[in-house]
Amino acid sequence: MPSTKVGLSRDDLIMRGGVVLLAALLLVIVGLPLWALLAKGFEDRDGKFVGLANYVSYFSTPALFNSALNSLHVAAVSTVIVVPLAFLYAYALTRTVLPMRWLFQGIALIPIFAPSLLPGLALIYLFGTQGFFKALLGGGSIYGFDGIVIAQVFYCFPHATLILVTALATADARLYEAADALGASKLRVFFTVTLPGAKYGLISAALVVFTLVITDFGIAKVIGGNFNVLATDVYKQVIGQQNFSMGAVVGMVLLAPAALAFVVDRLVQRKQVALLTARAVPLVPKPKPGRDFVFTLICTLVSIGILAILGMAIWGSLIKYWPYNLSLTLDNYDFAKFDANGWDSYWNSVEMAVGAALFGTALMFTGAWLTEKTRGFHVVRGVVQLLAFLPMAVPGLVLGLGYIFFFNAPGNPLGFLYATMGILVVNTVAHFYTVGHLTATTALKQIDPEFESVSASLKVPIWRTFSRVTAPICLPSILDIAIYLFVNAMTTVSSVIFLYSPDTKLASVAAVNIEEAGTTAAAAALCVVIVLTSAAVKIVHLLADRFLLDRLQAWRRR
Amino acid sequence: MTYLEVRSLSKRYGDFTALGDITLDIAEGEFVCFLGPSGCGKTTLLRAIAGLDPQSSGTIRQKGRDVSALPPAKRDFGIVFQSYALFPNLTVADNVGYGLVSRREKRAAIAARVVELLAMVGLPDAGPKYPAQLSGGQQQRVALARALATSPGLLLLDEPLSALDARVRLRLRHEIKALQRRLGVTTIMVTHDQEEALTMADRIVVMNHGAIEQVGTPQEIYRRPASAFVADFVGSMNFLQGTLMAPDKVQVAGVDLACPGQDGLTLGQKVNLCIRPEDVRVRDLPQGTANRLTVEVTELDFVGAFCRATLKARATTDVAMTADFSSNLIRDLGVERGTQLDVALPPDRLRVFAA
Repeated sequence: MPSTKVGLSRDDLIMRGGVVLLAALLLVIVGLPLWALLAKGFEDRDGKFVGLANYVSYFSTPALFNSALNSLHVAAVSTVIVVPLAFLYAYALTRTVLPMRWLFQGIALIPIFAPSLLPGLALIYLFGTQGFFKALLGGGSIYGFDGIVIAQVFYCFPHATLILVTALATADARLYEAADALGASKLRVFFTVTLPGAKYGLISAALVVFTLVITDFGIAKVIGGNFNVLATDVYKQVIGQQNFSMGAVVGMVLLAPAALAFVVDRLVQRKQVALLTARAVPLVPKPKPGRDFVFTLICTLVSIGILAILGMAIWGSLIKYWPYNLSLTLDNYDFAKFDANGWDSYWNSVEMAVGAALFGTALMFTGAWLTEKTRGFHVVRGVVQLLAFLPMAVPGLVLGLGYIFFFNAPGNPLGFLYATMGILVVNTVAHFYTVGHLTATTALKQIDPEFESVSASLKVPIWRTFSRVTAPICLPSILDIAIYLFVNAMTTVSSVIFLYSPDTKLASVAAVNIEEAGTTAAAAALCVVIVLTSAAVKIVHLLADRFLLDRLQAWRRR
Repeated sequence: MTYLEVRSLSKRYGDFTALGDITLDIAEGEFVCFLGPSGCGKTTLLRAIAGLDPQSSGTIRQKGRDVSALPPAKRDFGIVFQSYALFPNLTVADNVGYGLVSRREKRAAIAARVVELLAMVGLPDAGPKYPAQLSGGQQQRVALARALATSPGLLLLDEPLSALDARVRLRLRHEIKALQRRLGVTTIMVTHDQEEALTMADRIVVMNHGAIEQVGTPQEIYRRPASAFVADFVGSMNFLQGTLMAPDKVQVAGVDLACPGQDGLTLGQKVNLCIRPEDVRVRDLPQGTANRLTVEVTELDFVGAFCRATLKARATTDVAMTADFSSNLIRDLGVERGTQLDVALPPDRLRVFAA
């Protein structure tokens, strides 16, 4: 029988054109840089193909190979500490009655708004060579393994907590009522209902923390001392020794555990079925004095820890000459005294963050819409999906290194982007593409799939429905993506450290440079400015969400 | 006049055949229901006609024009979904006028048409409201007005009433049917609710496993089901196992029963003899009435307007059938559990299907 080949409408042609453009763009900003990195690992310093020679020399140099073991060790220990701690905190937030719950929730998020070197700097003030509590360490030093782990716990805590809050929040009260009615003990209920329900969240949180620690650069740079890890090795090979080939090899080694964790996470998530059906009754915790007191205490202690680290960084940034002259001053905020760029690097960061938020949000949302709503065309849509997921598995340092090799290659027509603000924006958008894409896709899947069918039957062009209906409905998610991009662009160090030029240096990078030059106070001051900026943007977002959107979106009201 | 011609339409997903060789004609102005259990292919057929999920093979002609390979935007239809698919961020008036705006009509003309459409569906004051402020039934009417705004030649309704309360559903049935009759628009409605199909349709297409079981008026489908599936799916039906003894005689549990003449079946074949519960007669049984039996009432379930009785023939104990008795009959004859009755199975109400 002859099979029917359905003709394409103008809508179909435009959407397919869009999908092809998107695939090409993602190929340029994600695929080809990674390919360039992969290829570089097989070349010698002069660009001649040398096969596996670089890899052989990597694995036979104990100094290099040890860093890989160090990285795994630090990541494993940090994960083992963070995940149970975050679980307790998330459990307190979702399953107990906390006084001032919103405050505890907010404090847990603080580290997200800071560049990762902030906890490192705070630890130097507290336990460093001239630290307040140095005596507590006995003869030990905070520089190295211990310092990295403590700082990582601070830095990764909110990421794990967010995942576990989501996992624990989706509970069906009926299961607990059934367990109660059957006379199960509290402990038995915890092990047979609570824990299995949060199982996938726990696995996901562990993998995310593990990846964050392994790929983070700022903490190890500031407080690692002579304890080398993969991320600092990449930096040393590329910036210190200008050995790009070996840098590429270390980058590939860094990519392996991150990619593996990503694949495992996807496989695990696929097994997860929706625990919360439409008929589930949400669980609302009832007051229970003893339990609530214990969890309030736990949350208070954790919050004090977070606030102490942040407070130490702020205080340190305001002090004249640590630890000899503790009088307060704003001198450390006069960045021109410490770095040639002065405050310019801060404004560069803001410019870059705004650019990434605008350009990235438009690209991610439109891209997700094209991938979701284009009829047929499965192969190209599949390519887009793959390229959109790839950045999640790629550490920022690795992507940044790929950008050097790809955009700086002689003969690349896109070479004009190199060392401009443009490449920083593009790199940041690419680095954080996956989360934005997923957020947009989730939002799009929640709206009625028949909107496009209705528009087609009414002969209304599909882009009109996109701008008049789809995008306005998804406005809250679009704002979420924009804020996510802004905050990450403000705080990221790893992906941009290879890509800035003297004119486009970013605040987070300047902080690394200033700290390297030995001025901890000014580096802390710069970190504080970053925290204040990204936190302020987040607060404005929350207020806008609450008051402005409510007015703009009157249609949501019943 | 034939408005829609479906010829040898098939839809396959890999090895699975969702629609197998469907051929169907729909006349202009007709109200047709696709009726069947879930997974029977009725929605697939509707979406193929709309071009939303194109067929694997076969042709569709609408008003003489071959639309088989056209994308939805180039076909002529309005559609209403079970979910309504109203745009939540637009007012009711903007929803209804959505398809009119892109035709570059004058703003005043669009506004006038929207008012007319809203009045037509009985919601003259709903224009400035948002969909979330309306009840389900009102939302469905807005969806209907939006689908009719551009005066399409074909109206497609995909389970439009199944998300509504029973009462609202009953009222909307009549309103939709009356509106369709007034506008004369050719309409196809997909439903799994046989009562809905029987009350609304001019013709019903009963589907099962991706194939058409029977096409006919509601009376034909109900009175003369063409297959055991249709007999079972539409309305209640007793299935009595028996053997075909003569072209017009079936033996059930040793009792010979007269039935309409059969020619598609072979003698001696196992068959099912079918009768609807309301066709079992109790009163006015003169001497010589065909298929007269003495039975015992073994169960009597009160259903409200009538009672459903389970009857067993005295001669045997394992053949049972149900019969619907009116309240009057129950009272007049004093029927209760254990009562013995004479009943008749009128031959012209019996259907015979191969077992």
